[in-house]
Amino acid sequence: MSEYQIYSVNGPVVKVSGGRGLAMMDMVYTGEEQLIGEVVGVEGELTTVQVYEDTTGLSPGQPVCSTGAPMSLLLGPGLLGNIFDGIGRPLRALEAASGPFLGRGINIPALDSGKTWDVTIPVKEGDTVAPGTLYAQCQETAAIVHRCLVPAGLKGTVTKAAADGPHTVDDVLVEVTDDRGRVTGLKLAARCSIRGARPMRRRLPVTRPLITGQRIIDTLFPIGKGGAAAIPGPFGAGKTMTQHQLAKWSDADIIVYLGCGERGNEMTQALEEFSELKDPRNGLPLMNRTILIANTSNMPVAAREASVYTGMTIAEYYRDMGYHVALMADSTSRWAEALREISGRLEEMPAEEGFPAYLASRLAEFYERAGYVETLEGKEGSVTVIGAVSPQGGDFSEPVTQNTKRFIRCFWALDRGLAYARHFPSIHWMNSYSEYTAELKPWYNQNVSPEFDKCRQRIANLLREESQLMEIVKLIGSDILPEDQKLTIEIARVIRLGFLQQNAYHEIDTYVPLQKQLKMMQTILRLYDGVKAAVDQAVPLSQFTATGVFDSLVKMKYEIPNDNLSGFARYEQEIDAALDKVSAANS
Amino acid sequence: MRLEYTGLSDLNGSLVALEGVSGVAFDELAELTLYDGSRRYGRVILIEGDRAVLQVFEGTRGISLENTRTHFTGKPMDIALSREMLGRVFDGAGRPIDGLGELYPDERRNINGSAINPVSRQYPRSCIYTGISAIDGCSTLIQGQKLPIFSGAGMAHNELAAQMVRQARVDGEGEFAIVFAAMGVKNDVADFFRRNFEEAGALPRVAMFLNLASDPIIERILTPRCALTAAEYLAFTHGYHVLVVMTDMTSYCEAVREFSSSKGEIPSRKGFPAYLYSDLASLYERAGMIAGRKGSVTQVPILTMPNDDITHPIPDLTGYITEGQIVLDRNMDQSGVYPPINILSSLSRLMKDGIGKGFTRDDHPALSNQLFASYSKVQDARSLASVIGEDELSPLDKLYLKFGRAFEQYFVRQGQQEDRILEQTLELGWALLSILPRGELDRVSDQELDQHYREGAFETLTTEEHGQ
Repeated sequence: MSEYQIYSVNGPVVKVSGGRGLAMMDMVYTGEEQLIGEVVGVEGELTTVQVYEDTTGLSPGQPVCSTGAPMSLLLGPGLLGNIFDGIGRPLRALEAASGPFLGRGINIPALDSGKTWDVTIPVKEGDTVAPGTLYAQCQETAAIVHRCLVPAGLKGTVTKAAADGPHTVDDVLVEVTDDRGRVTGLKLAARCSIRGARPMRRRLPVTRPLITGQRIIDTLFPIGKGGAAAIPGPFGAGKTMTQHQLAKWSDADIIVYLGCGERGNEMTQALEEFSELKDPRNGLPLMNRTILIANTSNMPVAAREASVYTGMTIAEYYRDMGYHVALMADSTSRWAEALREISGRLEEMPAEEGFPAYLASRLAEFYERAGYVETLEGKEGSVTVIGAVSPQGGDFSEPVTQNTKRFIRCFWALDRGLAYARHFPSIHWMNSYSEYTAELKPWYNQNVSPEFDKCRQRIANLLREESQLMEIVKLIGSDILPEDQKLTIEIARVIRLGFLQQNAYHEIDTYVPLQKQLKMMQTILRLYDGVKAAVDQAVPLSQFTATGVFDSLVKMKYEIPNDNLSGFARYEQEIDAALDKVSAANS
Repeated sequence: MRLEYTGLSDLNGSLVALEGVSGVAFDELAELTLYDGSRRYGRVILIEGDRAVLQVFEGTRGISLENTRTHFTGKPMDIALSREMLGRVFDGAGRPIDGLGELYPDERRNINGSAINPVSRQYPRSCIYTGISAIDGCSTLIQGQKLPIFSGAGMAHNELAAQMVRQARVDGEGEFAIVFAAMGVKNDVADFFRRNFEEAGALPRVAMFLNLASDPIIERILTPRCALTAAEYLAFTHGYHVLVVMTDMTSYCEAVREFSSSKGEIPSRKGFPAYLYSDLASLYERAGMIAGRKGSVTQVPILTMPNDDITHPIPDLTGYITEGQIVLDRNMDQSGVYPPINILSSLSRLMKDGIGKGFTRDDHPALSNQLFASYSKVQDARSLASVIGEDELSPLDKLYLKFGRAFEQYFVRQGQQEDRILEQTLELGWALLSILPRGELDRVSDQELDQHYREGAFETLTTEEHGQ
């Protein structure tokens, strides 16, 4: 008989009686089916537990067991390429245990304890180790070496070290004795609490971009490695599509993709697609560098609240090994709504729109875990966070979007109008911003070309001018505009359709390297400069549009392969030919 | 031994509370026997020590603190399932009401179901052809999809849903079954669907769950759950392709709101409870396919947007969960276009992976993309025309206006009995694009243009039509 019993049940909130021994945030097993829960409040004799599974069938008097430790995850090799639920249970193993429909009370560790890894152990008996010392490593996938580091707070001498060779995640590899004589065994895998940030030495400034291969992001609104971005948009605007594109093509070492309160089919699609697609940098399946976390909208809401921390903890774990990790959270609004729902059941006082008053601090806590850091080991690693936001009714003034905006520095606003016209990615160039542009400029100058930033600014200016002109055009039509303004509109059309719009389903267009992005911008600007000079000499614009060169540039994105940019010469010739033709006709 | 508790301690709306109970489980089904011997059913929604709160499905009319005996059944609410459900009519709580007697069940299942493991899902890729151009061409329905119809009071959503069900067709094998769930709709609407299924000879393949406008609201909350449990059973145990039509989701959500406020919960937007999203998701997410099983559950929920407002919480939350939406438009409806589908705001998220090469026709994705892009320019031209007058428009804008009119009249508009095969729809789309100059078509490749773009195709089409 357990010390604690269930006293009351209200949806996922269960009150427990029978003692004062439970600590805040302790993980507990609730009821006869041993449903996983977490202590969220203590009030005298009654302890409030939030249960991560459907509570049907729980009854007062049923036992509650404490694990005596906070909610934690087992972290070690075998995470990559896998898919987990919101509290870190492997979904493939759950399927084997309970069939296609999720059962309850099944507690399976995240890692397969039967699998052996070929481990190298670089420390030997007598070595002194400190937090961050590498004590074991193994090849987790073809591209990723899994590095096991001495955890924070442990310092001492190695008193026992196993030999190199095959080991499972449960084998003790190294024993460390600290100066008080306490012995700690270190394994391939270790448990880690999900709620707090993992320690590191210090934060470093963001100086390198996360290259996404998406033109509008890399040129107009770049994000740095270690940065934080939000993608807000009404339904149907393409948040998930944009997130999927980023997860596929970003140049991070590891992607943690978190489906938080979203559709089951989308997770299945991610699983399928990422397994088939190849990483453009090393030709390996994308799934090899991806970890999926799925709490679909019909999975328990309490686990949704935990899922973002699960994702973040895994991301930080790989960051600590010296990798660049990108965490895509789709969607943070569902997480905020889970907070609201649980807060309501706990009968807390609501603040704005029913959200709890601590919404802003929770969002801040989450986004602040992004960063480019020096790890305990002394290496550089980063966690980049890209959170989708689903504002109610598409209205960006609601609390989640507004509070998110305070803690991110890159805002990719998706627009319903663009999505209706099937302009994807539907990131609106006038409503979006990136504060990283200036910080990343030196990198672009050095690694791409100083031209890149110049082109970027000219493109941005042309788009801004067009948007102002369109206000007039909406009222009076474009016919009466002077020729140079007509040219601005025409070239902006080429920029919008031929450059900003990017076809995720096109073999070439789905991912575009920076050099090609630069070339495309230069080609468009070359046409603009040439025509501008002529139009200033009172040559009508219609003579140029008649040559078809504008339409031809719109389709250039599909014609030039990513690995061979010589095709741009053809477009340059076409532009020159068109300019010559018109000038010959006018002379 | 049958344990019964006599009397109640509290009564409030559809909720009753009992004190001094033991061994009661959360979400358990309870049977209440009134003094006259009539039975009602309720579900445990809260337990606190020895106090249990029940939600009574049939309402609490006639119940007093003393005239009732309560028995806890020891299991959650479940329904009887059998293949024989097809051709039968049930009430909102899954009890037969067609006078044909009880169902002999093969199995009983909890109506709340459980979530499908994302790993076990099969990503839906096969089309369901509805024979409606606006849907097949531009927002294709896929097996295992949840594609709601966003409508408003008085528009032709019922006719459209009935037509979709009548004409639904899949490539390859597979038998269709239809599960129809009516929630708070008028008797006429339920009757309209029944007549329609009957005329199409489909009644033996339909299971109907009816909770009409005058039926208790608590039962309304159970109706879609019963219907979806039946659908999952037919699909994943018997291999049917099940089309679930649920109407009207707005009434359902209002029932949830009414129930929530009677429990004294803190309301969020427009008085709806904060968990409306999770609640709706627990219904919509039950659509899908499972790897290794033959059947599929495809949902076509219908909701009437209050005041035609797409940002109202009901359509808003629905849109965030479902895989697209078909939006009906008041202006189109008023100008007599049936089906009044607003192409631009309609969307099928699964379409991209279920059409084109290897699925429908190679040019389908590019063509539908082009139609969307061109039709969205029509809107710009129209708003400009409303300011400066049509005569002042540039020749190109005038062409767009012409294209827009033709698109609505020839592509979107079709008869309620008109069943267009996909070829017809696609050819029609290309003929309409021929109104526009070739240079304007930037979403289709040159090869596709060479193959399908014929100048004057539209004129041929219209003269043929006049000739008939």
